[in-house]
Amino acid sequence: MHGVLQEIKNICSILVHKKLVYNRSDEVGIVLFGTKETCNELAKELGGYKHVTVAHEIKVVDEGTSQALQNLPAGSVPGKVLDAIVVGLDMMIRKFGNTKGKRRLCLITSAQHSLRDPPEGTKEDQVDTIADQMKRHDIKMECIVFREPGVHHGAVMEENDRLLYQFRNRSVAKVVQVDSPTSLLGALKTRNVLPVTVFRGDLEVSSNLRIKVWVYKKTAEEKFPTLKKYSDKAPPSDKFASHEVKVDYEYKSIVEPDKVVPPDQRIKGYLYGPQVVPISSAEWEAVKFKPEKGVKLLGFTDRSSILRHHFMKDVCLFIPEPGNTKATLAVSAIARAMHQMNKVAIVRCVWRQGQGNVAFGVLTPNISSVNNVQDSFYFNVLPFAEDIREFQFRSFSSLPLSSQPTEEQQEAADNLVKMLDLAPPEREILKPEFTPNPMLERFYSYLDLKAKQPDANVPPLERCLKRITEPDPDIIDQQTPFIQNLGKAFELKENPKKKKGRTQDRLAYTAGDQSKSAAEPSVEKDGILAVLYPPTENIGEIRDLNPVQDFEAMLAKRSSSTWVQKAFEEMQKYTTALLENSRDGDNYHKALECFAALRKACIIEQEPDEFNQFLTKTYERLKNGDVANFFQLLSSKNISLISKEEAPDSDVTEEMARSFYLKQEAASQ
Amino acid sequence: MFTPAFFQANEKQETHFHTIVNCITQSMKTQIIGRSYDEVAICFFNTKEKKNLQDLAGVYVYNVGDRDPLDRPTAKLIKDFSCIEDSFMDNIGSRYGITAGSRENTLYNALWVAQALLRKGYTVSKRILIFTNEDNPFGAITGAVKTDMIRTTVQRAKVLLAFLQDAQDLGLSIELLPLSRPDEEFNMSLFYADLIGLDGDEITEYLPSAGEKLEDMTDQLRKRIMKKRRVKTLSFAITNDVCIEVNTYALVRPTTPGTITWLDSLSNIPLKTERSFICNDTGALLQDPQMRFQMYNDTVVKFSVRELSEVKRVSSHHLRLLGFKPLDCLKDYHNLRPSTFIYPSDEHIFGSTRVFVALHSSMLRLGRFALAFYGNPTRPQLVALVAQTNKPKMGGVLQKIIMQIHLYKMTHICLYSGQVESPGMHMIYLPYSDDIRYPEEVHLTSDDAPRATDEQIKKASNLLKRIDLKDFSVSHFANPGLQRHYGILEALALGEDEMPDIKDETLPDEKGLARPGVVKAIDEFKASVYGENYDQEEAEAASAKASHGDAAKKRKAITDAASLKSAAYDWAELADNGKDMTVVELKSYLTAHDLPVSGKKEALISRILTHLGK
Repeated sequence: MHGVLQEIKNICSILVHKKLVYNRSDEVGIVLFGTKETCNELAKELGGYKHVTVAHEIKVVDEGTSQALQNLPAGSVPGKVLDAIVVGLDMMIRKFGNTKGKRRLCLITSAQHSLRDPPEGTKEDQVDTIADQMKRHDIKMECIVFREPGVHHGAVMEENDRLLYQFRNRSVAKVVQVDSPTSLLGALKTRNVLPVTVFRGDLEVSSNLRIKVWVYKKTAEEKFPTLKKYSDKAPPSDKFASHEVKVDYEYKSIVEPDKVVPPDQRIKGYLYGPQVVPISSAEWEAVKFKPEKGVKLLGFTDRSSILRHHFMKDVCLFIPEPGNTKATLAVSAIARAMHQMNKVAIVRCVWRQGQGNVAFGVLTPNISSVNNVQDSFYFNVLPFAEDIREFQFRSFSSLPLSSQPTEEQQEAADNLVKMLDLAPPEREILKPEFTPNPMLERFYSYLDLKAKQPDANVPPLERCLKRITEPDPDIIDQQTPFIQNLGKAFELKENPKKKKGRTQDRLAYTAGDQSKSAAEPSVEKDGILAVLYPPTENIGEIRDLNPVQDFEAMLAKRSSSTWVQKAFEEMQKYTTALLENSRDGDNYHKALECFAALRKACIIEQEPDEFNQFLTKTYERLKNGDVANFFQLLSSKNISLISKEEAPDSDVTEEMARSFYLKQEAASQ
Repeated sequence: MFTPAFFQANEKQETHFHTIVNCITQSMKTQIIGRSYDEVAICFFNTKEKKNLQDLAGVYVYNVGDRDPLDRPTAKLIKDFSCIEDSFMDNIGSRYGITAGSRENTLYNALWVAQALLRKGYTVSKRILIFTNEDNPFGAITGAVKTDMIRTTVQRAKVLLAFLQDAQDLGLSIELLPLSRPDEEFNMSLFYADLIGLDGDEITEYLPSAGEKLEDMTDQLRKRIMKKRRVKTLSFAITNDVCIEVNTYALVRPTTPGTITWLDSLSNIPLKTERSFICNDTGALLQDPQMRFQMYNDTVVKFSVRELSEVKRVSSHHLRLLGFKPLDCLKDYHNLRPSTFIYPSDEHIFGSTRVFVALHSSMLRLGRFALAFYGNPTRPQLVALVAQTNKPKMGGVLQKIIMQIHLYKMTHICLYSGQVESPGMHMIYLPYSDDIRYPEEVHLTSDDAPRATDEQIKKASNLLKRIDLKDFSVSHFANPGLQRHYGILEALALGEDEMPDIKDETLPDEKGLARPGVVKAIDEFKASVYGENYDQEEAEAASAKASHGDAAKKRKAITDAASLKSAAYDWAELADNGKDMTVVELKSYLTAHDLPVSGKKEALISRILTHLGK
């Protein structure tokens, strides 16, 4: 247990940090047990309860709470779990009595020392008494039992486990067992969200058979906190300055850029081909799709007809209406039948009245392994026909022989897959259920650090968080021969044609870093990426001030492929406008830059047609106009069509690209 | 392109001409939503009037407004074209095939015009579709003139194909959509087989497939077609020494109704948005602020944007392999977002594909998925890489997305050779411990939770067998909300009077559920779980609840109390002394009259005044 004190400190600190951000009025107390000293109210009043120390009385979270966690003493005396629970419980009851509120006890223990016998009755009776108290005061307990892998489970441990599970069976506690520091960090819920139902009502199998269910979220992404923009305009003397920034949006007509259009004069429009169709919200309300609230079953189908990668969103859980025995039985019967027959149910859900669309998805059975938990269904959203994109890829068997692995290579891969096993029997490593989010862990500890030292640098990732982002060096060491075999069996080399310039520009691969250390090139890479595509806030349009940068920012926003297309379009529009509005070549320099940027991006994106077409079109249209000499400038800067050599998708030969301006001139004469 | 024959010969309800106009209209309606950047031109041949740049006889290029002949379709084009039938004979008219006397080969001319139209556009795929019901365009003439005409026309088509291929087009095809006359079948071998270059068995197979094509064009799902484009190129570190290159693609993503453009409701001119940052304390206008802050322990903690992005960068690699797990470790609730598809690429690192293929086949054979860490700069995440074979898609029938119009230009081609799931790996984003909740443990009972008996499970199994969706595939279900959106948009754009009626495919099959076998299975299950008299009990309970349910009672009591209380005030004078009353007092009136009690004080007052009729 002493080995993971650091992790215990970390996980408890994160809990406190999150409370300091999200739940400022929560109260926290800390009890240590197995300490040499004894310090608790019960010991003073009643005697006994030795070696239990109240490190921090229950009070509203503040600096002191996290301070109390800083120096956790390594205990020297066998810890008595039940004593600690009683002391904690007693503190809570004393402090809050019967006032309303959410209360929980979190117990982190290795539960490996024998417990003292209670003065009267058995230990089991004592557990029952404690459980009754907890129930009466509506206190829930979370037990996290940490044991190093390979620890021998003696009779004492088994007894302790049994007692802890007895709490669970009395429905007052949840018990989890973890065996690595990383999963210990993930075992404690550091931020409790009050569960709210998504839907309460009937699961309609037919008009005649309705099962009452409640639907909750099973997974929901815990987001990175949204930080507010900071304004330093307030005078330093102003102690009550909010430092907030208000973001104001104004809608202005394109024709009269000085006139602000009031919100009630705005109307939404959707693109229909090249034109925009205006639709007022009242009109829209009258005709839009309005499904009736309800969850309807379409039918059952084989599990194999549902593809795992079609699951679209976070997952919901359908539980039978609490307290409704009939509904519980119905869900249980159907879930178990589905499980036996390997079937799933297809349902259509409208959670709320007035919802604009339906959720279409699949119910899969969740057979409970714990006696006092009901059977339930998981619900996953499936895509609609419109959501599936039919891209074609070559099947691997049709690839040329040079891309097919030899028998020897295949064996090396097989061995790697067998050896890098993260789920040996009974001991799955990196279970999502016990894997903390390294980014958030790091943020909250950095936040705490910054509160104390405003100019602190970002701390490196902690050792046990590294286990999540990188393979465990211990495993790697054990399996070295297989890993080396893989390296030897396959030959990887950089494409020499692509080696210079844009390979590094665009991807900044760590590919060539076989010999170098892993971290180093990526720093470099990110540097290059940051220079090439600097993060810009105002992504989405190309402005006069710095068109090339805006364009690159749009390209960098790769969250959706539409951005690339949009960036190209915007750039073309902008460049065309530049040329058309050019007087005596004043915009030439800028336009030249834009052409160059567009050309480069089109090569990077492997969209040579996009540029070639644009260049041809522009040239055709403007070659005889005022700006004809611009093309001489382009030609002199070697900005011509993108040739096959530069982008394989291009159908332009180098020769054609070189003679582009000449040929066109000849043709026009 | 039609011969006039079927205007006279075909007196049926629906003429061939009508069928084709309908087909092209529908097809354009789908195209304008699915791929509105594709361009289209419509051209009639064998017409009385002529309208084309080359001034060739018998060819009429149809167009509206200031659109180029070959351009993106517009609402006006679709609208006008859909009612062309009424004015066709007056404005364009048609001739009786190619006659010996005229010496005009209109088909030849049409191909010539087509070539000129398709000159536009560079390296795109182009497609010509010919609709006709005349299998023997040169039937009216004989002798040397006929052979000569056939020869030159076929030659023309060949030249056309060659010309376009020369000009680096991605692909060009001429396709024929023949319509049979009522009394005889369309005879391909008379002329058109030569034109489109078919021989032998292909000819006999061509006719039925052409018929299908016509049907497909008329009855298509409105679906926005995405161009195949990789999302990112990632380096995938398998071990410290082996780092390969993979491309990621978004194969499944929710489709949204499309971007909203704000317009000025008076002039319908688009608006542009301007964003400004205002300091809350001083009201000063700021340039885009680069510092962020978070309230922590009641103090302001500042971060620079750079620091935040550094916090988020927890991994040195794009994608780092951690190990492998059996597939059953991937639970149904291990999901957060749509998956991403990865496919190897040798573009920058030779040998990547080979490593990937080897790994892929090992994983498939051993039933494992790879656990990897994806160092995405916005949300670094654990991912499961699940190998996917290129097995045929479940359910087979997929929406055929074939779009063909007379002279037709596409910016890309979709090939539908054998509908299969693509080979590669699917990257499934796994939740972290903080993302997983335990709602099943919220309502714990002290006793064991009830479990179904074997008898009940048997009845349920029977139910499952009865309500079975054969050949289920997600591609059978269109998004009713989205289809309705497209329908409304189309109706508004084309000025149609009636709103379209979109069939909701996600509703259960009521008829199927009413089949006696199904009803029996449901009843048996219900009896076994809920007991025989459940409906009756339920009805009684419901009626009992309705008459003197607790909640109803409580609500009534509150309303009564409120009306008593509100009676104590003189509401008529509210307008004068409203400001002096408390919110609680105001709410008592609202509750008594069953009005919403939300909002600020002013809102409450104005609501009461409205109710009083002032």
